[in-house]
Amino acid sequence: MHPVLRITLQRLALGVLTLVIVSFVIFAAVNLLPGDFAQAILGQGATPEAVEAIRNDIGLNDPFWIRYFDWLGALVSGDLGVSYSQMMFATGMGGEDIQLIPITEQIAPRFYNTMFLAGLTAIIAVPISLAVGVLAALYRGSAFDRIANITTLSSISSPEFFLAYVLTLFLAVQWQILPSLASVTPEMPLFERIYTALLPALTLTLVVTAHMMRMTRAAIINLLASPYIEMARLKGISPIQVIVKHALPNALAPIINVVALNLAYLVTGVVVVEVVFAYPGIGNLFVDAVRSRDIPVVQICCLIFASAYVLLNLTADILSILSNPRLRHPK
Amino acid sequence: MAKDSDFLVQMNDIYIEGRSDETWMPIINGVDLTLRRGEVLGLIGESGAGKSTLGLAAMGFCRDGVRISGGEVYFDGIDLLAAGASAKRNLLGKRIAYVAQSAAASFNPAHRLIDQHTEAPIRHGVMSRAESEKDGMELYQRLRLPNPDEIGFRYPHQVSGGQLQRAMTAMAMSCRPDLIIFDEPTTALDVTTQIEVLASIRDIVAQFNTAAIYITHDLAVVAQMADRIKVLLKGDEVEEADTRTMLTDPKEDYTKSLWAVRAFQRPQKPAVLSGATPVISVKNVTAAYGPVPVLNDVSFDIHEGRTVAVVGESGSGKSTAARCITGLLPPKQGSIEFEGQALPSDYRRRNRMQLRQAQMIYQMADTALNPRKTIGEIIGRPVQFYMGLTGAAKRKRVEELLDEIELPAHQYIDRLPSELSGGQKQRIGIARALAAEPKFIICDEVTSALDQLVAEGILRLLARLQDDLKLSYMFITHDLATVRSIADEVVVMKDGRVVEQGPKSEMFQPPHHAYTDLLLSSVPEMDPDWLTKLLAERGIENIGDAAVTKMS
Amino acid sequence: MSRSLVVPAIALLFTVIVLVDFVMGIGVLWYLYAVLQILMVPFELMTTATAPMVAVLGGWKWIVYLALLCVGGYGFRAVGQRLTKNRPFYRDMPFSVALGYVFAATLIVVVLLNYSRSFSTLGGMPDSYFFFRSALHFLVLSSVAAVLFRQFGCMVGTASTRKLFRQMPATASFGILIIICYAIAAIFAPMIAPHGQETIFPRANIIPLVPEAMGGDPAFPLGTDQIGRDILSRLIYGAQNTVGIAFVTTVLAFFLGVTGGFLAAVLRGWVDQVLSRLVDVLMAIPALIFSLLLITAASSLFSGTGLTWAMIVIIAVIDSTRVFRLSRAVGMNIVVMDYIEASRLRGEGVGYMIFREILPNATAPLLAEFGLRFCFVFLTIAALSFLGLGIQPPLADWGTMVKDLGQFVNYAAFLPQYAMLPLLPAGAIALLTVAVNFVVDWMLQRSSGLKE
Repeated sequence: MHPVLRITLQRLALGVLTLVIVSFVIFAAVNLLPGDFAQAILGQGATPEAVEAIRNDIGLNDPFWIRYFDWLGALVSGDLGVSYSQMMFATGMGGEDIQLIPITEQIAPRFYNTMFLAGLTAIIAVPISLAVGVLAALYRGSAFDRIANITTLSSISSPEFFLAYVLTLFLAVQWQILPSLASVTPEMPLFERIYTALLPALTLTLVVTAHMMRMTRAAIINLLASPYIEMARLKGISPIQVIVKHALPNALAPIINVVALNLAYLVTGVVVVEVVFAYPGIGNLFVDAVRSRDIPVVQICCLIFASAYVLLNLTADILSILSNPRLRHPK
Repeated sequence: MAKDSDFLVQMNDIYIEGRSDETWMPIINGVDLTLRRGEVLGLIGESGAGKSTLGLAAMGFCRDGVRISGGEVYFDGIDLLAAGASAKRNLLGKRIAYVAQSAAASFNPAHRLIDQHTEAPIRHGVMSRAESEKDGMELYQRLRLPNPDEIGFRYPHQVSGGQLQRAMTAMAMSCRPDLIIFDEPTTALDVTTQIEVLASIRDIVAQFNTAAIYITHDLAVVAQMADRIKVLLKGDEVEEADTRTMLTDPKEDYTKSLWAVRAFQRPQKPAVLSGATPVISVKNVTAAYGPVPVLNDVSFDIHEGRTVAVVGESGSGKSTAARCITGLLPPKQGSIEFEGQALPSDYRRRNRMQLRQAQMIYQMADTALNPRKTIGEIIGRPVQFYMGLTGAAKRKRVEELLDEIELPAHQYIDRLPSELSGGQKQRIGIARALAAEPKFIICDEVTSALDQLVAEGILRLLARLQDDLKLSYMFITHDLATVRSIADEVVVMKDGRVVEQGPKSEMFQPPHHAYTDLLLSSVPEMDPDWLTKLLAERGIENIGDAAVTKMS
Repeated sequence: MSRSLVVPAIALLFTVIVLVDFVMGIGVLWYLYAVLQILMVPFELMTTATAPMVAVLGGWKWIVYLALLCVGGYGFRAVGQRLTKNRPFYRDMPFSVALGYVFAATLIVVVLLNYSRSFSTLGGMPDSYFFFRSALHFLVLSSVAAVLFRQFGCMVGTASTRKLFRQMPATASFGILIIICYAIAAIFAPMIAPHGQETIFPRANIIPLVPEAMGGDPAFPLGTDQIGRDILSRLIYGAQNTVGIAFVTTVLAFFLGVTGGFLAAVLRGWVDQVLSRLVDVLMAIPALIFSLLLITAASSLFSGTGLTWAMIVIIAVIDSTRVFRLSRAVGMNIVVMDYIEASRLRGEGVGYMIFREILPNATAPLLAEFGLRFCFVFLTIAALSFLGLGIQPPLADWGTMVKDLGQFVNYAAFLPQYAMLPLLPAGAIALLTVAVNFVVDWMLQRSSGLKE
């Protein structure tokens, strides 16, 4: 088998294994601890019989492993369960016959929104940061490089909510260019949707661009010290050509990694930013669920974030294998 | 300013400085250099002499953190220091080319050889891609690369080091430049490979009548390649003369001392008594790194007070043999015996006495000494660990050891390794080994990172210590000159097997095993006609990798 | 005395970042606007909702600006070449560099123009230049302070610290200065703060930094929050709580991570395998998400201050995985050195190797990592508190303050000073992490710069 294919398949298998282990960790983290969620659903005033009934209902009395495999099996078949808040609502209404809204339906539109925000951010951030990173590497040590360095360092260091409020202050409140609340709705046309989500996207862009730009710059500068770059210069190749033809192809693997790493970072950053701008995405749902200790929702959201993270890292891994000439052209 | 059209390169009173810490430190102090068309100038000197910097300055190029602070550089009448960046770029690659030390690192791993070859001709408008590719294949043919029509379409990592170095020479030739700078092109290669590359470089430079500056630290190599030789020492020119004059009649003391290094030779010791128990005996050792076999049925003995040199090219398994003896790599089969007793194969199962008896001196003194510990701590640790000495007694012993290695104790005991020169660091490594009071010391390429004069000092010290303390050495080296000067017995290794072994006097006398013969004949000699004679004698097909391939 | 020092310092806390991010934000916006125009959106598709952006960024005028810039760059280089008779600087200048110079000059002019304009509107209400002006003041003041501090460092101390200060960039000396200020505020908080962190005053919602006529109060220079607690005092106590907790967490994370990492590096074999796989699994879940998950679980066991302690342990464990990775890598690099092999062959134990051979050689990267880790932990805790799940009341803490005061940003349209309420604690967080990052950046450059 071609080594690239073999390594790729290995990584894919490893990725699947990681996902399974992650799902287990997530499940174990909330299910192994003591504390009675049935009580939590019903509130303090519930009778022991009612609590017991609920426990039986959602399977809290089963052994841990059985519960895990039930949950995993349901997940694979696309059944994400029902949130506690829905159940509470149902018990409050006092009947089994009330139609419960499954988590799948709660999450689907929010998932789309979050992907939209992350995608928008990536479209803005990736080209800018790569361009600025290459320029900073090319003119390293210049005033431009130093200003870019200070700016990005400040940007990385600031908490997302600080950047969010600063941008809100200027762009939404003082200049009134953009809306301060990013309340997108499903029926919005595309441009208006972009416009509404622009402020959170810009906030995320600031953080992610800074990261990517610095890492791109570092990756390229690292390469510029290699003898083959000196060789290219000694062949009379112009500085831009040296970067584009000789440094970039070799910087591909680190740059792909940088991009994937930052898209994965978006997964985390999106939580805070969605809360600041009341953006109806998964991050917001997740935080609400954590506050109300709605375990089924917390688990699912956590799994979605972790999967995105694992998959992005996996993609980066595989892409950088594909970009390595040593692996593509074995001896 | 005289711009004699006879001269291709004219450098007048060049000063070059390098940035270090907060100040500019001088690298070259007022050197003149001239080169005629078609002439080859050898530039020699020890590390830090500034020869590479001077070579690059002849191209009007400085590395980052280096600047030309004074003087003039003319190339074919063009003032390179005043020329604009684009004017210089138009010369580089087209009329001036460069061949770097490490071809493996200097070829871009992302592009095929031929694409890198054609880059300069296309960029300078000398040839079209198709023409240049065709020309490249022809050059590969002339440089005797195997499969010249096909090798260019490989990526650098698919081609061996010696072949890459020739491909790089072909790349330098791609625009038929007037001048090529060769910056230590064969230093990183094994001797048998080196000779092949030397022969083809010399050949092609002569064919195209290209002028060249050949930079190296190896006198024997430069003697084969250059018409004239310039000797540099710490940024100053020592002397310059044509090659034969320089070799037969050097004027300056420094040059003479360089020539004299190879004179050091110990007398052959009498043969070991036949019944004597060897200090270390390697018995039928077979070893592997995971599934990769490295050693195959290797046996040799090391007797008291003797030096056994283990010789071989990179990958021959000589360092692995040392790792088996120390127990870092437990052998798959066979055993290591110390004074007749088998040692546990894993070092973790050896007791302190056993560990103490076999000490090691490393090639890179920089990584062999903990940079955060003073000399006193480094040498004192084994003294305390094995001998149990502490306080004043420990200090006294450390001072004795420092005296032993000829470094004044009061001056060095509290210093850090970074404050010492390379040779001094190597001496500290020796003292640390001696502190364990061993019977047997493994010297792993101890002189190959050092300049020749310093290396000779280390060899003399090791010889004296051997006589004083009855030490046995296992001397791992690829340098046959070192073998000649210090060894009593020689073990020749190739591909994890012992090819030949015996006393030094026999090894350097014919008849040899074919591989030993090739190895010995490949070592350059000071005679400027050596390479010519050798080629005439053996024929171009019987040197280097080609010969090795024939053998197996 | 104390207040007169603290007020200006805190008042100008965040403004450098405001300026800097502001410039970046505008750049990004323009780029995006261009992309939208070129790639996908004909003007007809724009709805009335998006009209404000179109109005401000205005049609095609940015293309005219760009053209002017190009002409300016070309002219600048040509004039430079002519005037200096082709000095290498101008002769070899690429067009893009010339463009950069002209752009920078334009930017400086625009900034100065706006700065002068900001005073003409001082009397009017609302003062829309308030933040711009403060940012500029802060930028200038902090640069001056950084340079003065560096001068001060060059004059006192031992020869080696003097040399250190001489070679230090202004950003690093600024960072050190800020870290010292924070340390003082954190340690002496009860002495510096004018009021207690939980004291509730009858007058709530006092506006910061404005005269009494406009709703301020000199007794509460930075105002009071919705239930009437003094914001200045809470900010100062916040230094103690927020920074202190982050510091403890980082130390704990380091203890766990470094021990594990070095053990894995020295022992290798199955110890390394087990620890590394465990860390791989823990790192497969993003840190903030994982800590939120674990806090959910912990919240069924603890509440109040107990939950804060649980959070410390949770974040320390999650972060120790990153420390483990680094210290294992650093350890591995050192373990392959010949001097480690020499001490192995001597028969030394694991303890000697870790503490006497490896650790002294790993201090520089570990120290830098400590700084970065601290920032990360600090930001994670701030984010958690901002989400209401981190440091629990009654402790005053910056993240929680931002959450509580966040809505006031929107009042800045009426009175810009309102926006100070959430920006002050948020800026306090940002300033410290920026400062630490400046110092770490310099440290990393120093250790890698030796090679260059």
